[in-house]
Amino acid sequence: MADLVGTAPASAFPATSSSGALLTIEGLTVDFSGVRVLRGIDLTLSRGESLGIVGESGSGKSVTWLATLGLLPRTANVSGSVQLDGQEMLGVAASRLDRIRGGRVAMIFQDPSSALNPVIRIGKQVGEVLARHQGVSGANIRAETKRLFDLVGLPDAARRFDAYPHELSGGQNQRVMIAMALAGKPDVLVADEPTTALDATIQAQILDLLTTIRRETGMALVLISHDLGVVSETCERIMVMYGGRVVEAAPSDSIFANPQHPYTQGLLAALPPFDGALHRLIPIEGQVPEPANMPPGCPFAPRCAQRMTVCKETIPPLTQTEAGHFSACIAGAVTEARQSLKVHKSVLA
Amino acid sequence: MTENILELHGISRTYSTRQGLFGRKVPVHAVDEVSLSLQPGQTLALVGESGSGKSTTGRIALGLELPNSGHVLFRGAELPPAHTSAWRRMRTHMQMIYQDPLAVLDRRLSILDQVREPLDIHDIGSASERNNKALAMLDAVGLNANYASSLPHQLSGGQRQRAVLARALIMQPALLVCDEPVSALDVSIQAQVVNLLMDLQKDLRLSLLFISHDLKVVRQVSQRIAVMYLGRIVEYGETNLLLSNPTHPYTKALVSAVPVAGRRTRERIILKGEPPNPADRPTGCAFHPRCPVVRPECVSVSPTFSTLPDGRSVACHAVDAAQPTKEVGI
Repeated sequence: MADLVGTAPASAFPATSSSGALLTIEGLTVDFSGVRVLRGIDLTLSRGESLGIVGESGSGKSVTWLATLGLLPRTANVSGSVQLDGQEMLGVAASRLDRIRGGRVAMIFQDPSSALNPVIRIGKQVGEVLARHQGVSGANIRAETKRLFDLVGLPDAARRFDAYPHELSGGQNQRVMIAMALAGKPDVLVADEPTTALDATIQAQILDLLTTIRRETGMALVLISHDLGVVSETCERIMVMYGGRVVEAAPSDSIFANPQHPYTQGLLAALPPFDGALHRLIPIEGQVPEPANMPPGCPFAPRCAQRMTVCKETIPPLTQTEAGHFSACIAGAVTEARQSLKVHKSVLA
Repeated sequence: MTENILELHGISRTYSTRQGLFGRKVPVHAVDEVSLSLQPGQTLALVGESGSGKSTTGRIALGLELPNSGHVLFRGAELPPAHTSAWRRMRTHMQMIYQDPLAVLDRRLSILDQVREPLDIHDIGSASERNNKALAMLDAVGLNANYASSLPHQLSGGQRQRAVLARALIMQPALLVCDEPVSALDVSIQAQVVNLLMDLQKDLRLSLLFISHDLKVVRQVSQRIAVMYLGRIVEYGETNLLLSNPTHPYTKALVSAVPVAGRRTRERIILKGEPPNPADRPTGCAFHPRCPVVRPECVSVSPTFSTLPDGRSVACHAVDAAQPTKEVGI
């Protein structure tokens, strides 16, 4: 309860522990031909942490990380700051970025078969990363690749070295992608919808694998997903994005037990329950706003049942509502203030 | 007992595929001895992973594809041969919607034109009557008249799926086959479309064959579920029984793999290996290479259906061993 009283606006979204900050993003914005799609992201990622990024299509969850890694096309206008271990990553020379990408920060995508080169044997593709980022050469490449294939649970690893991507299933190709990402011994693995294209039982295998690898190697995991269930089981901390902004960020248990932003509450209510009584689903009415027609105030205001007049004009800042729990909602802050007032009174009485 | 609107009796569908460029042809059993029935106004869900044959089963149910053996009964009568005029008349009573609405809409035709098109084709009513009917249908799926002149690319994903639904429902079909209808939609929009589908089902007394890999959505919409694995049904029964107490080891794994928001620690069954290639179907029970409770007979003998006391059908030797009563058939 003491936490509730001590609410204060936070300028940047801090990590669970500020000492272990590995990656810091401040005021990151992205414009595509004059249209702002990412509207100021602040976040800190600690070493070994697992962070889930949730949002619907167009929320900016992928663009955040593509911008962070300098993977957006030149036409995109990126500003803000991204620091890895205190070193700025935005706008640095491509040659320096190439050492970071794949080496210190690796990314895997939804569709593994389109991310792999179809005419090069998978062993060679993984070997390239080993040679470039780890300086492995000669016969060691084959041995190290086999070790990685074993690590990601690719069956018959030695023989798979000479296979082409089309000879493997979707789940196996995703394992190859993970092996390739691990080849650079990254500090951060960014996984963008890594299981969306996979079957349910294979999704379970891959999520299990990512968690095991994170525990064993101590790398941080950023899991981008539209599926609250997927991040809930894999991540310690969750960030919910909407309309190019972070609307809520909190430890996983806290966000599901006590969602504070009306959008997060709406998302959870819209999910069909998997146990307990059936009820009519409660959709969030309306549509996700287009970046070119973003409402002037809170991006969620037009769809929000709790909106007040002020929500239409003012962009709510991300504010700490309880320990480690941040929400960008004016209406919520008002209710919270009333509640903490009650706490004060009860303490006094 | 009410008459079933749709019955599939032992349908099988085999494709032949070449292994390699000059390899020999091998048969792929996409659907193997599948029997199902659907009662009017009810929803039967077909669940399974890619390659399980659930979409092929849906296409066979509509006569879009012919089974190599077995037969399909719609309202008790066998489907006329495909693309004959009798089949076309019959097909107005059965429609299909797919996962990707943009792929099935004509990009150059307005939404109103596309929804009205079936009425034009079947020459029903005067031009103004057709227009009004199409507008009323658009209204029923929650698209107001402002959207009538829009082109598909001007609508959002959820709105497009509504337009597809309006087009499928304008002929007042009795049976709607939905192949992953909400899989491509965002969660908040998915709930809108699921609610709409269930409202329309009640209002129009639609029977739904609902093909999906999403067990959460399936739980919401269906009364019965058939779980398919490599072309065969492995478990078939009432939705609440099947999901609360799955019996087949594959169903158990599927149910345990459902990611539930807010649930962190639980016993998840992680299956070994990948779903095998349908062209290289394992002997005996097709699930045996991945099965956590595999028995010696599973490798060689294909399990037949037994009926559980609660009416469910399960094809599993391990379940048979635990259940003394054994009957054959669905």
